[in-house]
Amino acid sequence: MEHEITLIVNGAARRVRVPARRLLSDCLRHDLGLTGTHVGCEHGVCGCCTVLLEGRPVRSCLTFAVTVDGAEITTVEGLAPADGRLSPVQRAFAECHGLQCGFCTPGFLCTVTALLAENPAPTEEEVLEGISGNLCRCTGYQNIVKAVHRAAELLAEEE
Amino acid sequence: MTTRLFGEPVQRREDPRLLTGQGRYLDDLGRDALAAAFVRSPHAHARIRDIDVAPALDVEGLVAIYTWEDLPERVGRPLPLLIPHPALTHGRTAHPLARDVVRHVGEPVVMVVAADRYAAEDACALIEVEYESLKPVVGLEEAVQGANLVHHDVPGNIGAHLVQEVPAADGRGAREAIETAPHTLAFRLDIERSASMPLEGRGVYARWDGRDLRVYSSTQTSTSVRMAVAAALGLPLPQVEVIAPDVGGGFGVKIVHPWPEEILVPWAAMRLGREVKWAEDRREHFISSAHERGQVQYVRVGFDDDGRLLGLEVTILHDHGAYTPYGIIVPIVTSTQLLGPYKVGAYRVEFSSVYTNTVQVTPYRGAGRPQGVFCMERTMDKIARYLGKDRTEVRAANFIQPEEFPYDQGMTFQDGRPLIYDSGDYPEMLRMVKELIGWDSFERAPGRGIGIGCYVEGTGVGPYEGGHVQITSDGRVHVSTGLTSQGQGHETVFAQIAATELGVPIERISVVTGDTRRFGYAVGTFASRAAVVSGNAIALACRKVREKALRIAADALEADPADLEIADGVVHVAGTPRASIPLSTVAVLANPLRYAFDEEAARATQFSGTAAPDRPPVAEGEEPGLEGRDYYSPIRSTFAAGMHAAVVETDPDTAEIRIVRYAVVHDCGKLINPMIVEGQIHGGVAQGVGGALYERMVYDQHGQLVNASFMDFLMPYATEVPRVETAHLETPSPLNPLGIKGAGEAGVIPVSAVIASAVEDAEGIPIDRMPISPSDLFHLRAGRRR
Repeated sequence: MEHEITLIVNGAARRVRVPARRLLSDCLRHDLGLTGTHVGCEHGVCGCCTVLLEGRPVRSCLTFAVTVDGAEITTVEGLAPADGRLSPVQRAFAECHGLQCGFCTPGFLCTVTALLAENPAPTEEEVLEGISGNLCRCTGYQNIVKAVHRAAELLAEEE
Repeated sequence: MTTRLFGEPVQRREDPRLLTGQGRYLDDLGRDALAAAFVRSPHAHARIRDIDVAPALDVEGLVAIYTWEDLPERVGRPLPLLIPHPALTHGRTAHPLARDVVRHVGEPVVMVVAADRYAAEDACALIEVEYESLKPVVGLEEAVQGANLVHHDVPGNIGAHLVQEVPAADGRGAREAIETAPHTLAFRLDIERSASMPLEGRGVYARWDGRDLRVYSSTQTSTSVRMAVAAALGLPLPQVEVIAPDVGGGFGVKIVHPWPEEILVPWAAMRLGREVKWAEDRREHFISSAHERGQVQYVRVGFDDDGRLLGLEVTILHDHGAYTPYGIIVPIVTSTQLLGPYKVGAYRVEFSSVYTNTVQVTPYRGAGRPQGVFCMERTMDKIARYLGKDRTEVRAANFIQPEEFPYDQGMTFQDGRPLIYDSGDYPEMLRMVKELIGWDSFERAPGRGIGIGCYVEGTGVGPYEGGHVQITSDGRVHVSTGLTSQGQGHETVFAQIAATELGVPIERISVVTGDTRRFGYAVGTFASRAAVVSGNAIALACRKVREKALRIAADALEADPADLEIADGVVHVAGTPRASIPLSTVAVLANPLRYAFDEEAARATQFSGTAAPDRPPVAEGEEPGLEGRDYYSPIRSTFAAGMHAAVVETDPDTAEIRIVRYAVVHDCGKLINPMIVEGQIHGGVAQGVGGALYERMVYDQHGQLVNASFMDFLMPYATEVPRVETAHLETPSPLNPLGIKGAGEAGVIPVSAVIASAVEDAEGIPIDRMPISPSDLFHLRAGRRR
C-alpha cells in the first residue's frame, strides 16, 4: 500500500507517493532525484546518508520516509546559499582538502553544518566527537578536522 | 597569472561538484533502469541440488530470473584469469552464476531483475535453492593439510608455488649463508585478512539501443572492462563503450574485472531491451567482492655482529580464497618488496598460494607490501633486540647507499621486469624521520614505546598509458586519459601538468578520465601508477601540441618557432609581447574550414586569405586540428620509498593501544601537488591504522564471515586516527620525463610494522601477529606472566 506524503526538502514542498517501507534515503535519491545523499552501508554506521531533519542530523537510511511526513529536510543540495556560492562549510572542505572520492562528503557536510550551528567554536575534542559518527575511507580525517575549524572561522567572519 | 603549476598545492577542480551533491556515482545514474539483485550462497562449500524459482514468480514488478543454465555458452563460461603466471599451475575462476558447486558464502547463484531493488530482493527471498553441503576449508593451516579440497582437481589446495633465490655476492645460497652466519634467528609471523572497503560498493548500469552497448561501472579500469564485456557478449569492440563515472573509492578491489555482475547486467540489458542496474549493498561487498592481507610467514635469518644481513629465507603461505582471477600478484609483490631499502645478502623466498572456501583475495592498497614490510621490519627489530643495538642502527647498516643506484635486487618484479631500484636516499630519509619523531631524545617509560618502519614501493608499473590533448577554437584545452579516478584528484594534477606544459591558465583546462569514448587505450588505476604513467603521457602529448602550436603561430607571426613562447594562453615572440597570437586563433588556423560556424571560424574559411593557394590546405604530414596524442610506456617501475615512526601508549589495565604521534617521511620523486600527496598519505596511514589495530575478517569454522557489517568490522573513525606529521624528500626518478614516482599506496604500507615495533617497545613482548587488539595484547601480557 502506498502513502502520499509531503516533505519540505531544501525549502520546497515535495509531494510523493511511497510504500511504507521506503527508506528516506531511497525516497530522496530515487523518488525525488536528489542523489547527493549517498548510501554507504544501509545499517546506520557509516553516516554517508546523513541529512538534516528539522536542522538535526539523522541517518536517512534508518528512517522510513512515511515517518517524516510534513518535516523539513535539508540535503547536501540545499546547503549552498541561492547565490551560487558555496556555504562556509563547503568552502572550508575545499580549502583544506577535506575530501577525496567525495562519497562520504555529503554526510560530513550535513553533520558539520549542524555541529557548527549548535557550537560555533568547537574545541579539537568537540570536533572529533562531532564527526565520530561518520566514516571516511580516503582522507584519514586530518583535513576534515582542519576543515571544521576553518569553517568555524569562516562562519564567524561572515557574522 | 602563473601557469607554472607543477609542484603547487592547487585546490581541487573536482571539489565544487562533489561538495554540492552534483557528483555522479554509479547509483546516481539510470533512475528509470530495472534493478538487479542476486541470490547468493549461504554456504561456504556446497553442491547445488535444485533451484526452485516458482515461489517468486508472483512478485509484483518481477521481470526476469536467471540461473547459470539460462546463460548462453559464451556468457556462462568461467570468468577470465586476468594475470596468468607459469607458477600458477592450478588457477581457477568462478562462473558468473554458480554452476553446480558454490565455494564461498556470497557466491552468486541466481540473478533477479525487477522494477526496483525492493521488488528484486522480494523475489530473491522467495527463490528456494536446495544445497548439499560439502566440507568447507577455512584457514591456511587447514587448507595446506589438504584433507578437504576447495576444487576437487586441485590437490593439496595449492594453486601456485614459487621459489625465487638470489645468491650472495660470493655465490652462496641463502640456506648456506644462514647456516654459516655468526647469528641466526627463526620465527613465525601472522597477518590477518582485511579489505579495501570503499564507501561506495561496486555497481554496474547498462543500456542497449539495439546496436550499441553503453556500460557504466564503478571500476578502476574502464578500458579493460570494455574488452572483457565485448568478448563475453560477442560484440564488436567499437559497439561497446564503458564509462567509470565518479567512483566512491577503490583501493584495489575495483581493479578486478570483469566481475560477474559486469557481464550479467549488460547481458540482461541486451536480452530484455531495457536499462538494467545493480548497485552492491554493504553485505554483498563483504561476502562477494574481495579481501586481502592474510598470510603466514616463516622466517630464518643469518647476520653478523653489526646486524648486517648475510642470508634471509622466507616461506610464505598466502590465502587467496576460493578463486584466483587476479593471479598471484599479491604474493609476488610480498616476495619482492619484502627486501625494502636493504641489501640482504643471499635471499630465498618461497610461497604457496592456497585455496580456501572464503572470499577471493586480490590486491588491496599496498597489494602484498604491508605483509612483506611487516616481515622485514620485524626481522630488523628482532636482530636489534638480539644484538642489543638501536633499531635504526641495524637498519642503517643494511641500507642501499645513494651512490649504488640504479640498484639491481636480482629478482623479477610484478610487471615481469627486473627489480632494479631507480633512485633514492635512504640514509637521509632515516635521518629525517628520526629528527621528525625525536628518536634519539625519546623517553621510554612503561607502557610507552616508539617504533619505526621502512619500505620501498615499486610504483608506476607499465605497460603504458596515453594522453590526448586538444585545444579548441574557444581557447579551451581538453585533456583525456584512459585510466580511471577514485578520488586521487586526477582532474587537478593532470590539469596542473597541462597548464605547465602549455602555458595555459588551469581554468581553461578540463580533464576526463575513465571514459572509453574519449580514450580507448589504457591499463587502469592501481599500483600508484596514474601520476607516473598517465601524467607523463599527458606531458608528452602536451609537448606535441605545443610544438604544433608554435609551428602554426610562427607561420602567422612570420617568426622562428624557436623565438616563441606561450604565456597565459597566448603565443608571443620572446621579448616582443605585441607580436602575439592567442592559442584560440592558432586552433582556428590549425583546422582549415569551408563553413564559418562563428566569427572565429570565419578566419579559417577558404576565402579568408589565410591559406597559401599553392599548397594543400592541410600540408603533407599534418593533420587538421590543434591536438596531440602520445603514450608513455616505462621501461620498468619507479621505486618510491618512505619511513614512518610512531609513539604509542598502552593502558596498563585495559591494554588499549593509543597512537600518540605518527611521523612520515616520504619520497615519491617530484611532487605535482603536495596538498594531494599529503592527502594520499593521511588516508593511507588511516587504513594502515585500521589494519594494525582494528580490522580483521573473522571466519568461523563453517566458512561464515561473522563480522560482515560496519557494526562488526571496525574501520577507524576520526577518533582512532592520529594526526600525521609529514616531511618530503624528493629524489627524482631518472626513468620518466617528469621525474615522478607515485604516492597512492605509500601511507598504508609500513603501518602494521611501525605499530608492532612501537607496541613491542612499550611492552617488551614480541609482537608477531597483526592486527593487535586490546584483547590480544591483554592475552600476550597474561602469557608473559605465566
